[in-house]
Amino acid sequence: MSFLFDSFEGWKAIIEEKKVSLFQPVIEYEINEKGSEEQSILLGLEKALDVMFDAVDSGLTEDMVSRSGMINNGAKKVYNHGVSVLGENFQKVIARALAAKEVNSCMGRVVAAPTAGASGIIPGVLYTLKDIHSIEKKTLVEALLVSAGIGLIIDNKASLAGAVGGCQAETGSAAAMASGAIVYCLGGDFLQVSNAVGITIQCMLGLVCDPVAGLVEVPCVVRNASAAAIAFSSAQIAMAGVDAVIPVDECIEAMGEIGQSMEERYKETALGGLAATKTGKALSKKILISDIQILGEEEVLPEKPSNKAC
Amino acid sequence: MAKRSGIFDMIGPVMIGPSSSHTAGVVRIGRVAKRIFGKHLAIESVQITFYNSFARTYEGHGSDRAILAGLLDFKTDDARIKNALDLATQESISYTFKAVGNASIYHPNTVKVEVQGNGRSVEVIGESLGGGVINIASLDDFKADFSASNHTLIIKATDERGVIAFISNILAQENCNIATMSVSRKGKNDLACHVIEMDSGIPQITMDYIRHINWCKELIYIPDIDF
Ligand code: SF4
Repeated sequence: MSFLFDSFEGWKAIIEEKKVSLFQPVIEYEINEKGSEEQSILLGLEKALDVMFDAVDSGLTEDMVSRSGMINNGAKKVYNHGVSVLGENFQKVIARALAAKEVNSCMGRVVAAPTAGASGIIPGVLYTLKDIHSIEKKTLVEALLVSAGIGLIIDNKASLAGAVGGCQAETGSAAAMASGAIVYCLGGDFLQVSNAVGITIQCMLGLVCDPVAGLVEVPCVVRNASAAAIAFSSAQIAMAGVDAVIPVDECIEAMGEIGQSMEERYKETALGGLAATKTGKALSKKILISDIQILGEEEVLPEKPSNKAC
Repeated sequence: MAKRSGIFDMIGPVMIGPSSSHTAGVVRIGRVAKRIFGKHLAIESVQITFYNSFARTYEGHGSDRAILAGLLDFKTDDARIKNALDLATQESISYTFKAVGNASIYHPNTVKVEVQGNGRSVEVIGESLGGGVINIASLDDFKADFSASNHTLIIKATDERGVIAFISNILAQENCNIATMSVSRKGKNDLACHVIEMDSGIPQITMDYIRHINWCKELIYIPDIDF
C-alpha cells in the first residue's frame, strides 16, 4: 500500500526511508489509488499548468466583467497602474492572481486548485515565480505534485470546502499549496516546505466564507490576491530557516478545529459577514432574481412515481 | 467509505467558472437532455425551470448559459459556454426561463428541461449535487435516478412479464456488467421505463435487436456524458 497522505510526518518518513524527492510519493499515491500511469499524470499536470497560465493571460488581456457587475476588469488596472507600492514583482503577482480568479468569475476556463473559489492563487504565484527565476516547466510540474500532496493532507485532516471549513479551507489551503510549491521550486528541503505550509496556515486561520449575494466574486477575488502574497511571505520566512514553532500537522488540525466550530452563517450560506452587511444585502437584492414563483403549502408538485428496484 | 481524493481533485478539474455545481453540473444535465431528445435532432424550443436555490442564483452564476450549452452538446470545459445564449439563438433554438421557489420535494439545486422539436418532446429533471456530479431524477414523468457518468441504457417498454429478465440476459451475453438497474412504471400493464447503468457500452446491433422487439417502444443509449 502506498502512503496515504494523512500527515506531513508520514510524508517525511517515507521520503527519508526511500531516499526520494518530495513529489515521488505523490505520483505513487495516484498510481496506486487511481490506477493511472506516470506519463498520463505528468501530461495532465502539464495541461493544468497551461490552463492556469492561459487564465492569467486572458484575465490580463480580455474584457472581464461578471454578470453581476461586481467584477470589472480589476486585474488589468492593477497590472498597468503607475504606482508600484512594493516593487514591480509584487504588483505583478497581485494582478496575476486577480486575473486568473476574474476569469473564473466571468465564466472562463480555469483549474480548480483546490477549488474554483481559489483558482487564482496557484496560477498567479507560479506564473510570477517562473517569470522571476526562469523555472523550467518540469520543475513547475513537480511543484504542482508537491501542492497536490499538501492539498491531500489538508483534505484528510481538515477540509478544502468553504461550505465545511470557511474560506480558510479554500483560499487558505490554496495559499499553503502555493507556498510549498515556491519553496520546492527554489530548492528548499522538506523542512522548509513544511514550515512554509505551516506558516501560511497560521496566517490564514479563521477566515470565514461570506460571499456577497452568494456569488464567488466579493470578497473571493481580492482574497486570491492576498493569499498569493501570503504564500510568498511565508516562503520567504521558511526559506530563511525560521521555524513555524507549531508543527505543520498541528496547524492543519487547528484549521479543522476552527472550521468545525464556525457557525453556519460563515460557511458559504451568504448569511453572515460581508454578505450580511447593509450593502451586501442591498447588492444581493439587486443582483439575484426576485421574479420567482413561490409554491404555497398545498401547492406541492405531484409525487414522483414510485420505483421498483431489481 | 468515501472514495479517496486524487491529485486531479487537488489540481483540477479544468472547468468553466464560476462554480462546478452551477456550471459543470448544469451543462451535464443539459447534455443528458439533449441525448435523450436525440443527439442529431434539431431542438426548436426549450422551457427551462430553475428550482429552489437555483431559482435565485441561476443568472448570477451563469447556469442559464450552462444549460443551453449542454443542450448544444458542449462539454463542461468548453470555452463557448459563456456565449451559449447567443449561440442557441443562432441555432434557431427559442428558449424561456422560469424560476420556482419552495418546491420542497425537489433537491435544492434542481432544473427541469422541456425540449421540443421535430414533433418530439422530452422532459428531464436533473439535480446538481456539487462538484459537477449530477443525478437525473426523472425523464418524461418516469423516476430515473442515474448519474450519466457510466453508460446508460434507457428502454421504454410495455409493462409485460419477462422484460427485465430478457434485458439482463442480453446484456449478460454481451459481457456487459450492470452497475444499477431500475424500473418505474405509470401503472399496471401500462408503459414502464427501464434505466440501466452499465460499466461498458453495448454494440449497435444489440440495440437494434432490442428496438425491434414489439414490447420495446423506445431505446436511448447515452455513453459516458463527458465524451
Ligand atoms: S469567501 Fe467563500 S466562496 Fe469566496 S473564495 Fe472564500 S470560501 Fe470560496
